[in-house]
Amino acid sequence: MSEISLTIDGREVVTQEGVTILEAAREVGVDIPALCAHELLAPYGGCRLCTVEIAKGGRSRLVASCVYPAEQGLDVKTESDSVVEGRKLILEMLLARAPGVEVLREYGKRYGVDVDKFEIEANYCILCGLCVRYCAEVKGACAIGFVGRGVDREVMFQPEIAARECPSCGECFKICPTGVLPSNYGMARVPHFDWPANPFR
Amino acid sequence: VPRLNSVADLEAYRSRLHAAEDATRPCVTICSGTGCHASRSDKVYEAFVEELGRNGLSQVQILRTGCHGFCERGTIVTILPQEVTYLQVKPEDAAEIVQTTLVGGEVVGRLVYHDDEGLEILREDEIPFYAPQTPLVFGLNRFIDPNDIDTYIAHGGYASLAKALFEMSPEQVLDEVKTAELRGRGGGGFPAGAKWQTTRDAPGDIKYVVVNADEGDPGAYMDRSLLEGNPHRVLEGLIIGAYAMGAHQGFVYVRQEYPIAVENLTVALQQARDYGLLGPSVLGSGFAFDVTIHRGAGAFVSGESSALMSAIEGHVGEPKPKYVRTAVSGIWGRPTNLNNVETWATIPLIIEKGAEWFRGIGTENSKGTKIFSLVGKVNNTGLVEVPMGMPLRQVVYEIGGGIPKNRKFKAVQTGGPSGGVIPEALLDIPVDFDELDRAGSMMGSGGMIVMDEDTCMVDTARYYLNFLSEESCGKCVPCREGIYQMLEVLNRITAGEGVEGDIELLEEISQVVKRFSLCALGGTAPNPVLSTLRHFQDEYEAHIYDKRCPSGVCKALISYYIDPEKCRACMLCLKNCPVEAITGARKEVHVIDQAKCTKCGACAEVCPARYDAVAKISGVPVPEPVAAGTQVIGKRGGEDE
Repeated sequence: MSEISLTIDGREVVTQEGVTILEAAREVGVDIPALCAHELLAPYGGCRLCTVEIAKGGRSRLVASCVYPAEQGLDVKTESDSVVEGRKLILEMLLARAPGVEVLREYGKRYGVDVDKFEIEANYCILCGLCVRYCAEVKGACAIGFVGRGVDREVMFQPEIAARECPSCGECFKICPTGVLPSNYGMARVPHFDWPANPFR
Repeated sequence: VPRLNSVADLEAYRSRLHAAEDATRPCVTICSGTGCHASRSDKVYEAFVEELGRNGLSQVQILRTGCHGFCERGTIVTILPQEVTYLQVKPEDAAEIVQTTLVGGEVVGRLVYHDDEGLEILREDEIPFYAPQTPLVFGLNRFIDPNDIDTYIAHGGYASLAKALFEMSPEQVLDEVKTAELRGRGGGGFPAGAKWQTTRDAPGDIKYVVVNADEGDPGAYMDRSLLEGNPHRVLEGLIIGAYAMGAHQGFVYVRQEYPIAVENLTVALQQARDYGLLGPSVLGSGFAFDVTIHRGAGAFVSGESSALMSAIEGHVGEPKPKYVRTAVSGIWGRPTNLNNVETWATIPLIIEKGAEWFRGIGTENSKGTKIFSLVGKVNNTGLVEVPMGMPLRQVVYEIGGGIPKNRKFKAVQTGGPSGGVIPEALLDIPVDFDELDRAGSMMGSGGMIVMDEDTCMVDTARYYLNFLSEESCGKCVPCREGIYQMLEVLNRITAGEGVEGDIELLEEISQVVKRFSLCALGGTAPNPVLSTLRHFQDEYEAHIYDKRCPSGVCKALISYYIDPEKCRACMLCLKNCPVEAITGARKEVHVIDQAKCTKCGACAEVCPARYDAVAKISGVPVPEPVAAGTQVIGKRGGEDE
């Protein structure tokens, strides 16, 4: 793997080809907010909170840093005005679904969200897919998946597989960033649970 | 079944087909496309079979063709060799047509097209609907039977494939497509040649080519009609592309809702295999290629290329981040070139007539023709193929025949749910990729929905956002939550509960959904809102501030009111009101109980035009009802003045 250098928030960063912008930023301690990225899982690009502004050849655009590969000569701005504006709105919409959830509250504070912007219709699941992907990618079990589309999308256990695999595992409960998954199954209350090793906290 | 192992075999077979043709043999062609099918063309066919049998006319051939385009007037029946075209033919007309035209040699006057002056037009291509069109891609539909490869070959089919395979190198084919400046017809308008080049240059021995037939825009059916009506043309284009890019496996992704397309394509593929046009050595050239049909499962987002490819792999049809192009890493990580049905169907023409010829049609940056599905409030609905650059006005008024019932034109919606509306002021723009973009809309796959003054633009935006909220896969937050929140605002505005700041909120969410979403569905989802805001902001303001729907569509903002001065107490509205909200009696002025009224509009519809007593009002309070039992002024109810 060859070395490449790019600029992140004005800092020259040297990294390996093949890493994502998010990883490159993390290596040098630049904190990009992210909800669906996890070091054990393949990049997903779902929450879009990690969106950054990149400039290449005089043109700038917004990309999800968790999936966009770091490129030689790229100029990355992790907190440009457009980026901040979008993150704020994304957090405001998520807070209407999962009000009071700690990770959202903290990010919310950072970006100065207006919690009253949208009417609260809470189900506490932000559909980050960590549980679904952890079960599939790390455990190889696929006992939990998505059903439905759009705002009707939800996370569900696949009963036949779950009956076999879940009693001895339960690891997805720990990875849920809002705590709704364990709480739905009587395993924990939303605010009380141990955060997993999440690199962004 | 002939086995075509060389160009000579193909040409010899074509000559044999031509020699067997008898130009004087009478033939009844019956359009069996989507629109005509809905007008019972299958029953028309059965009626003709029966009538011909009854009259002992066994020498008359019957050809069931693909869609002709003039769907408004289906079922379309053309009698050859006279070339008399009958419109709106019903099964019960078969007997008369057989007797009068096939036996008697006369024209059935009542079934031919009549122009504005009442003159009869017999030939199909002289009908004003067709006259301004250039049906290069679509035109063959009406001469061939999609289930009979021989009819396609007889009309020059697979000659382009033979030319590409035996007279051109893959590079030359690719160069031809590049030089032609063909842009993808599926929505993005990306140069097809450049995409092909990327796939060709991408490392790897295994490459795929895909036909995207997941046409899902409301009101659009051009890809369906091409695939149903002329599957071999699409297939021929696909094989040529595969040859140019070095792919040996093709996929056709057809949506579940197109059973006839799947049926006809399945037959076409089998015939092509039998003839040696697919398989280990296409036309004996040594080039191996075959095609698999993949049926969609009903998700609009599966038309997005990465989602479509996920679905072909057997996964959920959800988009993936595409920072590495699918042309380089697509199905199973292999270089995959995907084009839309119409794009593939254009390829044989470019190879046959050359890139220079193709470049001669259209505008500076949009070459060739485009098929549009012209629907909505327009007299001649149907599929139309015109050169790029034709003024929108000509499409709507000359081909489309204008707006029915002399209503006023308001806008054309183009580009499907991701497109936008084009108002009267921009009606003279030439229709091509760039001009439509500039007008705040887009070409999309070619949907054109004409809207008249009775269409509410806020309601239109709400309709599309509702569609998109149901079709968003839900994977990424901006699309899933953003479209939902925009829809909430639009629901509020159309329900008369809009508040100051709603327009700004819509704009704010739009920008984020557009720029932060994962795929093009989210990336373009705000367009219906942005373009209606751009051209019709006054309608939004009327809804929010005056609680008035200027088009009288949004039920929460309209009321029906019977003008006591005009009411003749004829009892018609009273009897027709489904919720019994109208009181009154003979001689007594009728009154609508606003609390009971569901605003279905039945009263306005049945009120005789000579009274015109029922008014639809919006933005103003409903006048106080007259006292019960008020007598009508003037003559007695139920009588004419």
